This record gives sequence, C-alpha cells and structure tokens, in this order.
Amino acid sequence: MTTLQDPPVESSPEIGRERRRKEDQRLITGRTRWTDNIVLPGMLHLAMVRSPFAHARITSIDTTEAKASRNVVTVLTGADLGESQGTLINAWAITTDQVTPAHPPMPSDRVSFAGEIVAVVVARTAAEARDAAELVDVEYDELPAAIDLKAAAAADSTSGVLAHPDLGTNKSAFWKFDSAEAGTGGDVDAAIEKARGDGIVIEREYRQQRLIPAFMEPRSTVVDPTGEQITMWSATQIPHILRFALAATTGVPESKIRVIAPDVGGGFGGKLQTTPEEWLTFCIANRLGKPVKYTETRSESLMVAHHGRDQWQKLTMSAEKDGTVTGLKVELLADLGSHVSLVGGGVPVLGAFMFNAIYKFPAYQFNCQTVLTNKTWTDAYRGAGRPEATFAIERLMTELAAELDVDPIEIRRKNWITHEEFPFMSVAGLEYDTGNYEAATDKALEMFGYDDLRAEQQRRRESGDPIQLGIGVSTFTEMCGLAPSRVLGQLNYGAGGWEHAAVRMLATGKVEVVTGASAHGQGHETAFSQIVADRLGVPFEDVEVLHGDTQTSPRGLDTYGSRSLVVGGEALVRAADKVIEKAKPIAAHLLEASVDDIEFAEGRLSVRGTDQGVAITEVAAAVFAAHDYPEGIEPSIDSEATYDPVNFNYPHGTHLCAMEVDTETGGVKIRKYVCVDDIGTIINPMIVAGQVHGGLVQGIAQALWEEAVYDDAGTLVSGSFVDYLLPTAADTLSFDVDHTSSPSTTNTLGTKGVGEAGTIASTPAVVNAVVDAIRHFGVDDVTMPCTPERVWKAIHSRGAGGEAATEGAAAPHFDAAEGTEGAGA
Amino acid sequence: MIPAEFDYLAPTSVEEVIAALAEHGDDAKILAGGQSLLPVLRMRLNAPEVVIDLGRIEALRGVRDDGDAIVIGAMTPHSVVGGDPLVAEHALLITKAVEHLADAQVRHRGTFGGALAHADPAGDLGAPALALGAQFVIAGAGGTRTVEADDFFVDLFETAIEDGEVLTEVRIPKHTGWGARYEKFVRVAHQWPIVAIAATVRAEGGTIAEARVGMTNMGSTPLRARAVEAALTGQPATEDAVRAAAAQAADGANPPSDLNGDADYRRHLATVLTRRAVLSAAGA
Repeated sequence: MTTLQDPPVESSPEIGRERRRKEDQRLITGRTRWTDNIVLPGMLHLAMVRSPFAHARITSIDTTEAKASRNVVTVLTGADLGESQGTLINAWAITTDQVTPAHPPMPSDRVSFAGEIVAVVVARTAAEARDAAELVDVEYDELPAAIDLKAAAAADSTSGVLAHPDLGTNKSAFWKFDSAEAGTGGDVDAAIEKARGDGIVIEREYRQQRLIPAFMEPRSTVVDPTGEQITMWSATQIPHILRFALAATTGVPESKIRVIAPDVGGGFGGKLQTTPEEWLTFCIANRLGKPVKYTETRSESLMVAHHGRDQWQKLTMSAEKDGTVTGLKVELLADLGSHVSLVGGGVPVLGAFMFNAIYKFPAYQFNCQTVLTNKTWTDAYRGAGRPEATFAIERLMTELAAELDVDPIEIRRKNWITHEEFPFMSVAGLEYDTGNYEAATDKALEMFGYDDLRAEQQRRRESGDPIQLGIGVSTFTEMCGLAPSRVLGQLNYGAGGWEHAAVRMLATGKVEVVTGASAHGQGHETAFSQIVADRLGVPFEDVEVLHGDTQTSPRGLDTYGSRSLVVGGEALVRAADKVIEKAKPIAAHLLEASVDDIEFAEGRLSVRGTDQGVAITEVAAAVFAAHDYPEGIEPSIDSEATYDPVNFNYPHGTHLCAMEVDTETGGVKIRKYVCVDDIGTIINPMIVAGQVHGGLVQGIAQALWEEAVYDDAGTLVSGSFVDYLLPTAADTLSFDVDHTSSPSTTNTLGTKGVGEAGTIASTPAVVNAVVDAIRHFGVDDVTMPCTPERVWKAIHSRGAGGEAATEGAAAPHFDAAEGTEGAGA
Repeated sequence: MIPAEFDYLAPTSVEEVIAALAEHGDDAKILAGGQSLLPVLRMRLNAPEVVIDLGRIEALRGVRDDGDAIVIGAMTPHSVVGGDPLVAEHALLITKAVEHLADAQVRHRGTFGGALAHADPAGDLGAPALALGAQFVIAGAGGTRTVEADDFFVDLFETAIEDGEVLTEVRIPKHTGWGARYEKFVRVAHQWPIVAIAATVRAEGGTIAEARVGMTNMGSTPLRARAVEAALTGQPATEDAVRAAAAQAADGANPPSDLNGDADYRRHLATVLTRRAVLSAAGA
C-alpha cells in the first residue's frame, strides 16, 4: 500500500510542523468504517414515512399494504411505540421559564414541521423498506402553519398562527444581558438618547438567513442489541452526550449502552444533535432484538437534519460625532423551528457576548426572543451565534464609517482595544487574555495593497465603469474553546465543558492516546500525535490517537465550538505530564539515583549532571514486565487528566475582501481575499490552512449563495442541491492567508481555536465589500445571500434588494412530468 | 436515494429499441447518459417499469461530415462533442456551449441527444441547436423522419418525439467561419443557467452580415431571438448598434420566476447577455 505520510525527521519539534494528516488516506479512499459501511448478520433496515405538511393532525395511518410488501418485517407508528421510544431533550433551557414543546421522536397525533416522522418501515433491505414506505397511507387534517418568523413572534392565542396551539404562544424564551445591570458598563438607553441629541445613532435591521449545514456524509445509525450491551454506531459529533441522553430518556442504564462514532464525514455543528432517527433506531432494534440500520437520503438530510442561523437582528448603535461608539443595543428574534433541540435556544445566547467584539463600548445591551415555528428545528452551525454577532457588528461599524465618511479601518482603530490594554474585561463581562488587533490589521493591509485598491475603486467610480470595485473589512474576534463548566452552569447549560485525555504507554514503545474529543474530519489524530510526540519525546509515527467510542474513551464531551485543541489538547498535555511524573521514581529506581535528581528531556529520564539515563519507552517496558520497580507505587505510567478551562480564548483577525460588482447584471466576483488570523501557537500549519480555507468558503457561501427557503405552506423549496447552492472549488479563489501570534495565556501550549474563525469572519467582509462597491448608488445594504438579482435591484431601486426578491418553486429540472419519449440527458 | 424497482433492457440496435418501446409503451423510459433520468429515479419522482438503455448501440455514437451539414449521433457524450474538430470548425457555437455545460463528470456521461430530448428549458444545448437550425432525426415504427429545430421543442420537457420513437441523430447545417459565444449567467459554476444566450455571427469586415441568437431558460422551451437577429443584420459590430438590437431580446419571451430571479430580472439579463454574446461572436 502506498502511503501519504511524510518520512520521519529526527529530533525536529513536531509542534509547528506541516505534517500531512495521518487519517486522510483512509478517509479519502473510503477504506474505513463509515457508519453506513457497518454490516451485521441479520441486520434490518429502516425507512421513514415523513409528513408532507408543516402542521397537521394525523387522522389515520393505514399500514396494511406496507406490512404485506415483500420482506417487510413490520411497520411502526407513534401509537405503536408510545413511551418506549423515549423523548428528545433540550440540554440548554436558556431561562427557567422557557416554553419547551414535548418532543417525541415520532408523534402519534400531530406533526409540527414538514418532514416529521409518522411511521417507520422495517424491512430486510434498505430498498424494500423504501418501497414499502410509499405504501403507508397516512391521512392528515391540515392545520395553519406558523412559518414567517416575525409573524410567529407577533402571534398569540387570540390572533395569528401558533406552531403548537396547546402552548398558547410561539414565544419560547426571552434572554437579556444589560451592562448596567451586570455592572460591566453603562446604561445603553441613556447613551442612545444622548447621541440622538449631540451625536450619531445608527439603526439597522439585518437578516441572518436560514442555512443548511450540508455535511458530506449523510447521517446514519446502526444499533446492535445483541449481547449484554446495546451498541450504537452513529455519524455524530457527540458520542458521549448521545450516550448520556439515551440513558437519561429511555430508561436503559448508561452502563448498558455503548456509542461509537466511527469515522464521521463532517458535521459543522449539524451532527451536534440527538435525533429522532437515532432514538427510533435504538428503540426498534431493542424491540425486535435485531441489529437495525437507518441511513438518510440526501433529500432527507437537507430537509430534516437541523438547520442553522435564521434570525432577525435589530441593532441600535450610538456614537459621538468623532466616531467614538458610546453604546450598542441588540434586539434579536431567533427562529427555533418546531422544537427546542439539543442546544437550540442557546445558539443565539452564544452570540450575546460577542456583539461588542474587539471594541471598547461603554454600554451594551442584548435582548433575544426565541420563537417556535413550523419549520425544521435550528441548532449549531459552524460558529453558532458568533457569526451572527460578528456579522452585525462588522456591518454596523462599516455603516458608522460611511455615515461619518471616514475609512472603515479608521473607525475600527478609534474603537478597538489596543494591545497594551490586555488582559481586557469586555463590556459583556468576558476577560480577553491576549490579542493584537493593530498587528493583524497592519499586516493584512500590506498584503492586500489596500491603498492601491482604494485608488482603483475611485477611478472606477469616476469613470462610471460597469464593473465597480468594493472593499470589505472585518476585524473579528470570537470566543472559543467551549467552555468553562462554571460559566456553562451560570448559563443554565445542561452539562460541563471539560475534556478528558489518557496516555497509555505500551510495552513495545508505542503510545496510545485516548481523547474524549470525537473527531469528524478535523485532523485530531495528526495534531494530537504531534503534541504527544513533542511532550514525551517519542516519534510521531509511534503515537496512535483513539477516539469516538465510549468503551475506549469513556469520558469526554466531544467536538464543537473550536474546543478540541484548546480544551482537549490541554487535557492531553496534562495527561502526558503525569506520565513523566509517574516515570520519574521508576527511572530513579532503575538508575539507582534519587528521584530528585531525575530530569526529563527529549524522551529520556536522566540523572542530572551525568550521562546516565533511560528512555521513557524503556520505563514503559520495565513496568510492563514489573520485575523490578520501587515499593509502594503501581507498575504503570499510564495517566489520565480531565481539564476544565478557566476561560474561553479569543482568536481574532483582520479579513479584507475586494469585490467586483457587475452593475449591469448584479453579478459579484471576489477578486482578492486576505486574512491575517491570530490563533496563538500553531500546531500544524497545514491543518490550520485547511480550517481557514474551508471556513472562509462556508462564510462566503452565507454571504453570496446559500439559503434555506420555505414557501408559505412550510415546504422547503431549496430541498436539493439544485436550489440550495453549495459552492465548489470552481467558485472560490486562492486566498491570501497569514498569521500573527499572541499566544493565549489560558492554556499551556498558547493555542486558540481555529475551526470556526474563517466562517465567523468572512461573511461580513464579503457583504461589506458588495455594499462598498455600490454605496454610491445610494445602497446601504444587500440582503443575504447577495444574489445578482438582489444586487441589481439594490442598484436600481436604492434599497437592499428585498427580503427575498422572489420566492416560490424553482424550475423543475428533475420533473416527474417528463414524457416517456425523452431520453435521459 | 434508492430508485423503485424496474426492468432493464440494453438493446444493441435502434430496431430493438423501437420494438421495446412498442411493447412497453408508457411504462418505459429511455436511458441515454442518465444525468437527468437517474436523479429523477433516485428521488422517486418517476418510477418506470422498464428502462431501455441506449448505451450499447454503437451506431448512435460519433460525429461525421455529411456535405453541407455535420451529423452528431444522439449517444455522443458531451466531452466528445466538445473536443471534436468538425464541430469546432462548422458549428463553433456548440463547442462553446459544451464548454460551459455542467461539470466534467456530467460531460463525460451525459449525451448530446439525451440532453436535447430531455428538453429542459435551462439545458445548455437547446438554444445553440435552435440558433444553428439543427435538424432532428427521429426513428419510429414507420421509419425515420426529420424535424426542424423550430418544431422540435414543444413545451417544458416536451419535444416532437412521439410515443414509440427515439432520437437517433442531430444534423447541424455548417456555419463555417461563423464566430460564436455562449454567454451563460450562473451564481455557482455547477448550476443550470439563470439565463444564457447562444449567439453566432458571420461578420464581414466590421459589419454583421448574419446573426443567429438562441436563448436558454427564457420560456418553457429554448427560444430564438428573431427580432434581434433581424435588427443586427447589416449593422456595424459596435457597442451602440448591438446594444440597440439586443434591447429586443426578451420581446415575447415568458421567462420563469424562481429563487434565482424573477421574470423581469431575466428579461433584463437577456438584453445584457445578448449584447455581450453578439459582440464577442462578432469578434468586436
């Protein structure tokens, strides 16, 4: 077999090396265990019957014909399974009075979004299950559906449409932060009132459109109830949380459940969920006593795997006439969809601390109303709350600059925290440990050729060129490394934020590293191997990283929120350090020296001041044999550590986008994109580049291409990749990526998270660039995604191009009505 | 994404196809390159009982010179058409359109005849075929007949091909020496065109001697912008002259409204893209 791995290099520090990812060969070739590749003897297959209606009463379900279909084992409904299916949970009630609808995996009486499961077919093959699903005859009594977010927020029991009529309201929870009440700043209303008299007030409303995570591997679950433990394989980001939730809601003891997330093909937050499909597969496998598999279709994935974003943001910023911001008030409406899913309402709250971003605002207030509608539920999507916040503030700062007719960089310089001021207590109550916004910005401006591009922009404006040039700025920060457990406790989150690691020193000199951070494409195996190789002085190739199985990694809180390296990596460093400490008395014993004289460097335990020493791998072999070791200690140097972070950490960066806008068509084209991110110490530059590039594309895609669109009846119009426009390599450009570094002081390695940075930063940079190109036509906003039609209409109507310029069904490229005479294209 | 069950036939001659169509009638679907049919089957938007695969009929593949026309076999993959020197020499507009058709994978599997017979109004080949006055050779129980491009596209996904018939080849009158441009407007590269304009021009000096303009996704079928063609004849290939002619591009068109743009926006796009396509085709 050929190998993609680099040849070993002696004694080079691993941290900072551009190692190719050791997991990529198996991931790219597919010669690995994806969940759908799991095949067990006698395994049965599920197909879901889903509601075509957004809101309806189920009046009858006739399964007779489906049950008689070839190789169908049974067909089950919500009434059949009842309480045995357990319930789905919301792990983060953001207020104590949050309204949380009951969430059975398969309801028996009423559906509350299009795509909700009403019956499950169990058959011997996936194809037969799918065939029979079409024979289940469900009758519905359609109910009015709450689809539009603003209308849903305005509805009550006397007027408007309720997503769940029995609850009497669509309002789930109202969450507020006020700097005056918290003692972290002044009174924002007073600041705004003052500015209305003698300063400037910028008021805007922005739409965060609904997005679909659209991970590469559709979700899949296999449950095997054979034997003492029930084993679930699932394409999930969160095997540990999944196991806990299954035990908590089904009555099956946690000790009887093993959850395995084998190789998982992406998630972007979309697999940070506990799903109806997992619960039903678990329930049915147990009920039948047979292994059962469910793998969703791409169509199902787009329709029912949770969506992201979906907010209206009302923003009021006050400033003095010289551009010094005096206050920021945020009022959000956040669409939960039909249920409050696992983290659901918490996503906008994660943004609450980031609207003030890198700036020294003296007063700040955040208000968020979460709202139930009859749509697919929303939850985490890359950045989760922070992209929304960053978009709002970076758009607003740009608008303030435009209002004052100053350069958008200058308005930021005037308001940002200077590097001498760290650590800095923000108006939202977070302590930023390190950062240097000046350095990142200066570097980015130079790489970008800012002044030259501004001059070209001016020339194009003056000559009336049909192609106008815009420059977008985004100087972002984020909070990542979720999360200090005590902070989560204060926010009423249902779990902690620690992470666990173990280091096992094998007798043959190899090292097994066990992490509770469950990778789904990030490259944990490579980065964690580099950390351990350096820490223990062993070859990179000798380190094996194990994860994603509650039996091998019993403790963990999984992967999301840019936490794996900064929390999981720190746990790993601490476990490795414990290995060294445990090895010292044994080395002293073997070397006949005092333990106080043993020092560790580059994989060897040596007697200080002598050439006497022993490799740590030799110590591992010695304790395996255990023929000769000191009295009173255990014959093992394996170690574990659980690390609970004391603070978040705060990557930041300056992103600059040059955008060409074709004023005749509204078409947009990114000409240049520069980003300088400060993510502290970099473990593997290649992995960082991958995260930054992918993140940028995902953020650019929100700005320009992606939107989940529902029609008035609650049917997802953008239900296939024909209409939900994911970019490909052909739509992107070569990014200019660089870094500055102010290492974090909250972890040993000085690292900061990078998984979400590109996505958080890029969206406002791109929209700012589009608006900048056409501001002289009287345009101060273009609604996302900035479609050519919206841009063109904005130019010609001096507006934002409409909330959704056109809705309705797309051209039916895959139409059922095509005649039999047509050959397939 | 599992299709419903169907029987699969793989005939090796057109005669066998016609016999199979006669036997199975409405229950049968013809499979050419499968780039539209297979998604339809996998999404269960259609569930034919019989699928007749043309893939083993060698006689339907290839490009040949036939005097005043070139002839493209219905089962010739787009990638072959796009790289064929006869097509480039005598029907450059086809070559230009194929360059922009979907992505490389689709161009290798999808076929020239399959795409035209599918008759998606947003498909990239209808407008060029219309502009070039292509003739469609259709085989049926009674032998073969030839349908002019103007009569071939009937409605959304509907052509002049009748029940029991199959498209075997497309004859394209030679347009040797004509310049060509396929101006396709999309948001992402792999998308169907929001609007596209197929223009081919015979220029004499700086004058447009003749022009042909086809439009993609401006109605339920590909359309020919005859008013623009007439207005261009004899005009100088200048920005102003072409702009004036192109202003009529959307006259009589009935474009769709969807997530990518409403009908009025498409009408506007058609005028801009027509101007650009014609100027480029004229070498201006």
